[in-house]
Amino acid sequence: MTDLPHSPEQPVVAAKTSRWKTFLRSDIVWSYRHSPVTIVASIVALVLILMAVLAPWIAPYNPFNPATLNLMDGFTAPNSNSLGGRYFIFGTDNQGRDVLSTIMYGSRVSLFVGFSATLFAMVMGVGLGLVAGYLGGIWDAIIMRVADVQLSFPAILIALLIFGVARGLIPPNQQEGAAIWVLILAIGLANWAQFARTVRGATMVERQKDYVSAARILGVNPFIILLRHVLPNVMGPVLVIGTIGLALAIIEEATLSYLGVGVPPTQPSLGTLIRIGQQFLFSGEWWILLFPAVTLVLLALSVNLLGDWLRDALNPKLR
Amino acid sequence: MLAFIARRLFQSVIVMLAVAFIAFMVFRYVGDPVSSMLGQDSTMADHEALRERLGLNEPFYVQFFAFVGNALQGQFGISYRLQQPVSQLIMERLPATIELAFASASIALVFGVVLGIYTALRPRAFSTGVIMTGSLIGVSLPTFLIGIGLIYIFAVELKWLPSFGRGQVVDLGWWRTGLLTESGLRSIILPAITLSLFQLTLIMRLVRAEMLEVLRTDYIRFAKARGLSQRAINFGHALKNTMVPVITITGLQLGSVIAFAIITETVFQWPGVGSLFVNSVAVVDVPVMAAYLVFVALVFVVINLIVDILYFIVDPRLRDGAKSGR
Repeated sequence: MTDLPHSPEQPVVAAKTSRWKTFLRSDIVWSYRHSPVTIVASIVALVLILMAVLAPWIAPYNPFNPATLNLMDGFTAPNSNSLGGRYFIFGTDNQGRDVLSTIMYGSRVSLFVGFSATLFAMVMGVGLGLVAGYLGGIWDAIIMRVADVQLSFPAILIALLIFGVARGLIPPNQQEGAAIWVLILAIGLANWAQFARTVRGATMVERQKDYVSAARILGVNPFIILLRHVLPNVMGPVLVIGTIGLALAIIEEATLSYLGVGVPPTQPSLGTLIRIGQQFLFSGEWWILLFPAVTLVLLALSVNLLGDWLRDALNPKLR
Repeated sequence: MLAFIARRLFQSVIVMLAVAFIAFMVFRYVGDPVSSMLGQDSTMADHEALRERLGLNEPFYVQFFAFVGNALQGQFGISYRLQQPVSQLIMERLPATIELAFASASIALVFGVVLGIYTALRPRAFSTGVIMTGSLIGVSLPTFLIGIGLIYIFAVELKWLPSFGRGQVVDLGWWRTGLLTESGLRSIILPAITLSLFQLTLIMRLVRAEMLEVLRTDYIRFAKARGLSQRAINFGHALKNTMVPVITITGLQLGSVIAFAIITETVFQWPGVGSLFVNSVAVVDVPVMAAYLVFVALVFVVINLIVDILYFIVDPRLRDGAKSGR
């Protein structure tokens, strides 16, 4: 990934190359290349995300197709052939589902919920934070008071409560299909306050600056000022919170599913797999639990480390 | 000080009213209490009679005040799932949760303070590095995985400790305790450790940071110049001044511990209020959910109040400030 050999040979796409080169020379790339932990974390995260996204094409078996399941394959130990004569690198669970494949499909659910919930929390938190910081006054007071109260309770408790309330409002026959969206809503609503608090602070600083006054004097619509001018200047901290928030959301989803109130068992996430695996801990089938657990830890840890790195890289004061 | 406590009390009442309002909204508008209480083969007239009897036809604010009035007497209706009064369900399970919370808070406090002092006094030692790295791992692992890991090591492999339940309990009349029997004490070890780890790390890092800070100040150097012993300096002078933030964090975390107990109680099948709440969420047992919400808010508010009062006792500077300043 060195930029030296590139530079002399590509004068044709000069503009593009130079932008690429500027990017390669930027602080953020420098700090990335000088942090081996971050490089490893990003590779681990990338591999896990690719495994999840490409699961339908690269998973060795389809664990949710009853036609291909064979009870003869049940409880196959890792790295061995089953009684049915098939090979499973991570073994199989009680129903003969390949553990590796269930992990790949499970990470898909976990990542989908994690990303969607974080995005939801981000949009809501940034929006409310911008409004609170820019308008001030009564709106600021209301929004931040709600955020304060919410931040003093553990997110998992709030997510559980929202999940329960939403479940109560949805008719029973639609609950199965809606479960995953309810989960996203619950985790998203439990995590917006962090974003709002940070963005509000940053917006209050930006609002004082001349470029905002200039835009206001020019008669630009406040909505446009917020989106086009203020928002790009407060995005740095938002990205950091978003990355760390993603790790938190993945763990929260796993926790809720582990508690048995998350996604339905027909669509297991990593948390559901761990819940299933725990049943077989005492009978010695450790692999059903261990591999999903390791995947969850690797996923959360690598995303967390990336967030930590991003925070240090975007905030030169800490260096 | 009295004025300060009065103001804090007033704020607490406002917070409790707000939480009660949310709980009331949940209680009243999530699900249909009437059809949950009546069977399938009830007539419209039955429904109407029950609505009238439950006061559901009254104006909104009348219903809210009735709810608050009942809540003040500890009445939250009847659980849809278990068909028992919610207050009775919670009172039955409360001792289990409180014993677990206090056991884990004690572990966290003792080990957190000791390890914090140790790592602060030996900042360059190899053991310090091991403890600090270990604490990072402790924070980043999800609680339920730590619990499962402990079960695997101590219950499945070593077979030293039980993996679920409370063991034998002794009925003291108003309190069923597991702390008086051997099986009860053995049962509480694993859940308490699981629940304490996060707090332990937090307290340890806090004590360490505060100690490092305090050890650099002038009065410590002066104490050294006076020729006081290391022990007198470290424990008599330095440690005392690290205690204010430790009290804050431990106190405020105690509320989170009650809430985090949800996860630990589920992992270890501990019969406390947390597992009651999780089971209620799964089947949308609204009265239990509303009552738990009010209960947790009450715990938070009371603990906040106690922490504020403790400040005055521990830190004389605040006392003077309150007298002369505000």
